[in-house]
Amino acid sequence: MTSPATAPALAEPSTSARRSGGARYVLGKVGGAVVSLFVVMVLGFFLFRVLPGDPIRLLTRNTSLGAAQVAELRHRYGLDLPLPAQFLDYMSKLLHGDMGDSLKFQQPVADLILQRLWPTVLLVGVATLLSILLGLWQGTRAGWRRGSGFDRFSTGFALTLWSAPTFWLGMILLALGGSLFPTQGILDPDTPASFLPQVADVLHHLVLPCLTLVAVLYAQYLLVMRSSLLEEMNADYLTTARAKGLRDDLVRSRHAVPNALLPTVTLIFIQLGFVVGGAVTVETVYSWPGLGLLLYQAITDHDGPLLQGLLLVLAGAVLVMNLIGDLLLRVIDPRVRAA
Amino acid sequence: MTASISWQRRRAAAGRVWAQFSADRSGLTGLAILGVIVLLALLAPLISDSSALDVTKATGGLLKPPGGGFLLGTDENGRSVLQLLLWGSRISLLVGLTATLLSVGVGTVVGVLMAHFGGWVQAVLMRVTDFFLVLPSLVLAAVLSTVLSPGIGSIILAIGATAWPTTARLVRSQTLAVESRPYIERSWALGAGHLHVIGKHVLPAVLPLVFANTTLNVANSIITESTLSFLGVGDPNQPSWGQMLHNALQSGAVTAQAWWYLLPPGVAIGVVVLAFMMCGRALEAVLNPRLRER
Repeated sequence: MTSPATAPALAEPSTSARRSGGARYVLGKVGGAVVSLFVVMVLGFFLFRVLPGDPIRLLTRNTSLGAAQVAELRHRYGLDLPLPAQFLDYMSKLLHGDMGDSLKFQQPVADLILQRLWPTVLLVGVATLLSILLGLWQGTRAGWRRGSGFDRFSTGFALTLWSAPTFWLGMILLALGGSLFPTQGILDPDTPASFLPQVADVLHHLVLPCLTLVAVLYAQYLLVMRSSLLEEMNADYLTTARAKGLRDDLVRSRHAVPNALLPTVTLIFIQLGFVVGGAVTVETVYSWPGLGLLLYQAITDHDGPLLQGLLLVLAGAVLVMNLIGDLLLRVIDPRVRAA
Repeated sequence: MTASISWQRRRAAAGRVWAQFSADRSGLTGLAILGVIVLLALLAPLISDSSALDVTKATGGLLKPPGGGFLLGTDENGRSVLQLLLWGSRISLLVGLTATLLSVGVGTVVGVLMAHFGGWVQAVLMRVTDFFLVLPSLVLAAVLSTVLSPGIGSIILAIGATAWPTTARLVRSQTLAVESRPYIERSWALGAGHLHVIGKHVLPAVLPLVFANTTLNVANSIITESTLSFLGVGDPNQPSWGQMLHNALQSGAVTAQAWWYLLPPGVAIGVVVLAFMMCGRALEAVLNPRLRER
């Protein structure tokens, strides 16, 4: 990013003062994120222990167990201990990466989550990347020629897709494209075990879920890129660039776009909570074996420990990504550093 | 006498708002669409019989396309999709509106408290607000409504508990703007207490914007409700539009390309959401002075 607007400010503070300010900023952000993570853990504890639906009731809702068996279960899950003791036990186990066993799968929750992590990372990663590219490209074109036919059409189309419920869009795409692309899972069992066919098959399975997610996500990037470009449109440095005799394309790509990109960068990280929500429904529609489908299964089976683990991991991931976004913005935007 | 003067002024102000709102064609269209849908939802018990939802009394064939007395075909249990759509509108609108009222109520209280008291109250509440703003709200809402006993009440509570931070931030900034004006200082000088300043000055100035924000929020609540129902946390005996789509996916209607079953609930959600957004945008343009000047 070669922005011409990075000239040193007039009252530049001494380097050491700036460094300590930077350290304080980083420490403050990291500290805030650590506190938030701790609160998420506490929230996970209380959600499943104090609220009316206690884990055993959740577990035995559709069964007819005797009082003795329920007491047995309570003992096994440590629910007969006093609350503070339960909490200490929960925290120490959590810090050792132990999130208990899933009731349905009879496996450690941590293992299940690790198994299902990569499909979600693949789906969310590819979809986010594609929607950023699509959104930035269309947003730049729409903003540069505000009010043009392209602007009105692309903005309207993106907004329509954005306001449709994600899962419904997925179901429609599934019904339409089900004959061309696979609609269930991530890999056919009869695919040859060598590398290339496997990759090709996964990509083939990725098409529809990814398309759905992109359709819902790209509008945000388009709108933010468009509006931040509009804000740069009347800036003096663009007049200067034009006065130098630069072609319109160059004024846009070398001067306006790099500055307009900054708000979009923050959006990528802030939006992650929304992306996770979209991934849950898309994975449910296409049986994509990721964390979202696991969440759906946990909801259907009332699998308390699994739900708790997923809440912790998903919320934790979003918090960490937000922290990265905050720190990254400081690196790339000198105005944030100066403030 | 003073009361009647202030009421005259309020009526005049309401008249002005309506005049500006009705000049906005998309706002009026949204309002008209909403009027029709709300009327249909309210009249559902008169137009049709709730036994149409009873699986055991279903008369149609299974997953049949439109025809033979079923304008929109039948679902996997032989119930009329049109009837399901009509009854579903009641649940979707009810949950959407109640959840929004809850979240806007919480958000307004938190926002006013933050801005009015400042200091440590603001520091603590701001952290909480930011925390909830960042969390993946759909995941939290899904977990919450699973942990509570499943049903409409849990969904309302779950949406209300996760959707309030945006309102809180809006109300906070608006309250700060109002409280910096001289007439608030005058009020303090005349010996007004917290309750008086908040009740008589801050809330009347902030509420119009909150109202516009509420209209926009209903759209989000309806989408969240349908998503939660789709994930299966709803009450199967009280089908909403999201629940219909949940059943459609479970029964294989998607692979059977039963468009008469897939399209109507989704289109209904889309139309209602769009109508609320159109109304909200128009209201916001009238009530938010910053937008009006543009």
